[in-house]
Amino acid sequence: MGSTGQLPRALHPLAWWGWAIGLAVAASMTTNPLLLALVLGVVWLVVLARRSDSPWARAFRIYVALAVVIVVVRVVLHVLVGFKWGDHLLFRLPSVGLPEWAAGINLLGPVYLEGWLAALVEGLKLGTLVIAIGGANALANPKRLLRSLPNALYEVGTAVVVSVSVAPQLAQSVQRVLRARLLRGESGLGLRALAQVALPVLQDTLDRSLMLAAAMESRGYGSSRGSRPARRRLTGSLTLLGLVLLAFGMYGVLDPLGTTGDWGVPILAVGVAMSVAGMAYGGRELRVTRYRSDPWRAAETLTVLSGLAAAAGTAVSRSIAPDLLVMPLQPIAAPGLPVLAALGITLAALPAFVTPRTPSSHRAQAPVLRVSGELSEVAG
Amino acid sequence: MTAISLRSVSVTYADATAPVIDQVDLEIAEGELVLVVGRTGSGKSTLLGALNGLVPHFTGGTLTGTVSIHGRDTRDHRPRDLADLVGVVGQDPLAGFVTDTVEEELAYGMEQLGLAPDVMRKRVEETLDLLGIADLRDAPLADLSGGQQQRVAIGSVLTTHPKVLVLDEPTSALDPTGAEEVLAAITRLVHDLAITVVVAEHRVERVLQYADRVLHVVDGRVESGAPAEIMRTSTIAPPVVELGRWAGWHPLPLSVRDGWRAGASLRARLGTPPVEEVAQQPSRNPGQPVLTATKLSVRHGDLVAVREVDLVLRTAEVAALMGRNGAGKSSLMWALQGSGKRAGGTVGIGGVDPADLTPAVRRTRVGLVPQTPADLLYLPTVAAECAQADAETGSRPGTARGLLDRIVPGIAAETHPRDLSEGQRLGLVLAIQLAARPQVLMLDEPTRGLDYQGKAALAEVLRELAGSGHAVLLSTHDVEFTAIVADRVLVLAAGELVADGPTAEVVTSSPAFAPQVAKVLGHGLLTVADAVERFGRMP
Repeated sequence: MGSTGQLPRALHPLAWWGWAIGLAVAASMTTNPLLLALVLGVVWLVVLARRSDSPWARAFRIYVALAVVIVVVRVVLHVLVGFKWGDHLLFRLPSVGLPEWAAGINLLGPVYLEGWLAALVEGLKLGTLVIAIGGANALANPKRLLRSLPNALYEVGTAVVVSVSVAPQLAQSVQRVLRARLLRGESGLGLRALAQVALPVLQDTLDRSLMLAAAMESRGYGSSRGSRPARRRLTGSLTLLGLVLLAFGMYGVLDPLGTTGDWGVPILAVGVAMSVAGMAYGGRELRVTRYRSDPWRAAETLTVLSGLAAAAGTAVSRSIAPDLLVMPLQPIAAPGLPVLAALGITLAALPAFVTPRTPSSHRAQAPVLRVSGELSEVAG
Repeated sequence: MTAISLRSVSVTYADATAPVIDQVDLEIAEGELVLVVGRTGSGKSTLLGALNGLVPHFTGGTLTGTVSIHGRDTRDHRPRDLADLVGVVGQDPLAGFVTDTVEEELAYGMEQLGLAPDVMRKRVEETLDLLGIADLRDAPLADLSGGQQQRVAIGSVLTTHPKVLVLDEPTSALDPTGAEEVLAAITRLVHDLAITVVVAEHRVERVLQYADRVLHVVDGRVESGAPAEIMRTSTIAPPVVELGRWAGWHPLPLSVRDGWRAGASLRARLGTPPVEEVAQQPSRNPGQPVLTATKLSVRHGDLVAVREVDLVLRTAEVAALMGRNGAGKSSLMWALQGSGKRAGGTVGIGGVDPADLTPAVRRTRVGLVPQTPADLLYLPTVAAECAQADAETGSRPGTARGLLDRIVPGIAAETHPRDLSEGQRLGLVLAIQLAARPQVLMLDEPTRGLDYQGKAALAEVLRELAGSGHAVLLSTHDVEFTAIVADRVLVLAAGELVADGPTAEVVTSSPAFAPQVAKVLGHGLLTVADAVERFGRMP
């Protein structure tokens, strides 16, 4: 399993999401900059090794940019309004006095190294989380992910796919109408402009939706669905109740105060069971099939397991030596390296080496100028 | 065996007083290629919609009589229950796509019917080959050309192995090459797979020669018969048929090939073609240069849409801009008008560059009617639109309405612009733009969705504008329309101007651009009217 001799293929999208969530969980448990840097490195490595040249893969940059913004904003906010604490003065800004009712908010004032560092690692943690999720997005086509949803969620998936493809069309028609206004000598913006743009765009969108609906209807959308209302009601109530219990159970498990006592886990289990049963029952009703559904093989399992290893390693480390997982700030010291957590996270880099390579897309051969432009951008 | 049978079918939409189609009886045999012709609004689309139950299940309205497709009655079968039997492809393929890549789109219908994955796999491959789109399998649908999109749309309904294929205006929006691709695919289906094909098409000349039968829809009534027989009296007829009618040829020619063979005597009367004659023909009205563009370029990202184009538009002249889809025609027009972006070059109208003017002043110099005229309309009635046009151009009240009545008479003031036909809407926008009294008028693809009568009316309006001293530039794929209306033809390819000259000279020099009459008669004759003029009343 996992040999380098595997034929190139796209991994099952769920595998990438499982892997990324594992890493995200690991990142969320620590403020140790060494571990966070390790997570970042692992995500980066795997994304570079296994991403495709599709548009969503290129969106990884946007996630990285977002993460940087998060860190910067966190630090700036600390300086502006944060609670400044610590012993090592970094620099002193003029403090702004606030009225009594706003006590607790320190506008500017002296900035200490400890508080500043704490803000930095907090920001870093959040940024790492975002990049881990961005990694999953870059590696797995979100639309393919929707295709591997269980049958009961088929309609939801279709709705999402349709709306995702409608969004660019909407943007296009807004652009077109805005441009067309110039021809009537209108260039101003304002309420009048809103009506002038919104009406043609809405009409256009409505027309398109109707055409799409007609096309879907004539191509058999929903033809394999039985129409037994009793069954649909049962499916609906099972799934809904299951989801409610799932939410309660989740709260019980995660609530640090333990207000639900030992009930968290059982409620969660029942919730999961009911939701799954509802989906399975409802899914049987719909007899749609999937074209080229992604297979789940050893590489997928391995990928998920490696993500799990990161989460598990970090969790075990935390229970053994919780101090190692946080950035030591009182007093300031170099962060230690918890071995288990580091090992787990390093394991998560495995998919970069053992999963099959991602096939290069055929789009290069499509005789379309626009596409070659995009590809050269990727290559460059 | 009968594939489609309609028995005294009438359809009445809600709020309508008269039925759209009235007491139609029709039998279509398996394997026939049936062409549906009729004027805009004659009930063609309703007739096609009734074939898979979209009318009335989806559109509403009342259908009386029976429609049965291979024995399945649309009364008891919803369109989705007929998906394995009837494949429907609309005019705008992009609007009907559910997924985003070619392969997934081909599989979509089969997924809905619950076919086994290995069957789907096989059929997708077959269909990719059948339509010649195998190299596009992973391409995003939005990036395909119009002809490719239309072939994918046809492929996406073929994968469910329907016995009947219904196509509503499959080539209307396509350039001649794209249309050829699609028509070749359709004829192949009829010949190789014996699928019954029902196709509605405005551009009758493209499909007529392949049709086994023609259904002529007039005011909700359907006449059915052999192509030559229907074409004798049809309200919709391509130029070669009109030529045949005028010349009294029997049997009536349906294609250029037929026309060529029947036209031997006429050509003989024209004598040997004087080679220089075409070039020597003076253009109808040599006018004054009014708009001059030098080294005009337009870029969209890395793509150069227009590359260093020099051109001059003259007063009292109609110029037609031709070229493939995506050749840069729209970009050039928008750049000339001044509202579109420009990567370089200058445009001058009386020494002023329209791009330097405010939009309100700009439209008094150059008016542009965009590809989707409806984008300019946002008021609830035609009267309000006209009044608004007068107000924004500072014209005397009633100016726009007066223009509209000259262009398309008889539109009720209270009509909602959405409810107008394509031709009427185009007329309204044209009136709005003309209210600003621009000296140069540009129209981007004005013939989309117009039938022959609509085009003839538009041609008359444009000739009249040129006659009153306007410079008119229009972009179109329609060579027949160009032959009627244009003094001069500009051909754009990959953003560069590759030909610019008198219509007769440019269109006859390339078979792709030659109108039917020119192909049949030659000698610089482009339209039936030209032929009539040359030969006198009788051939």
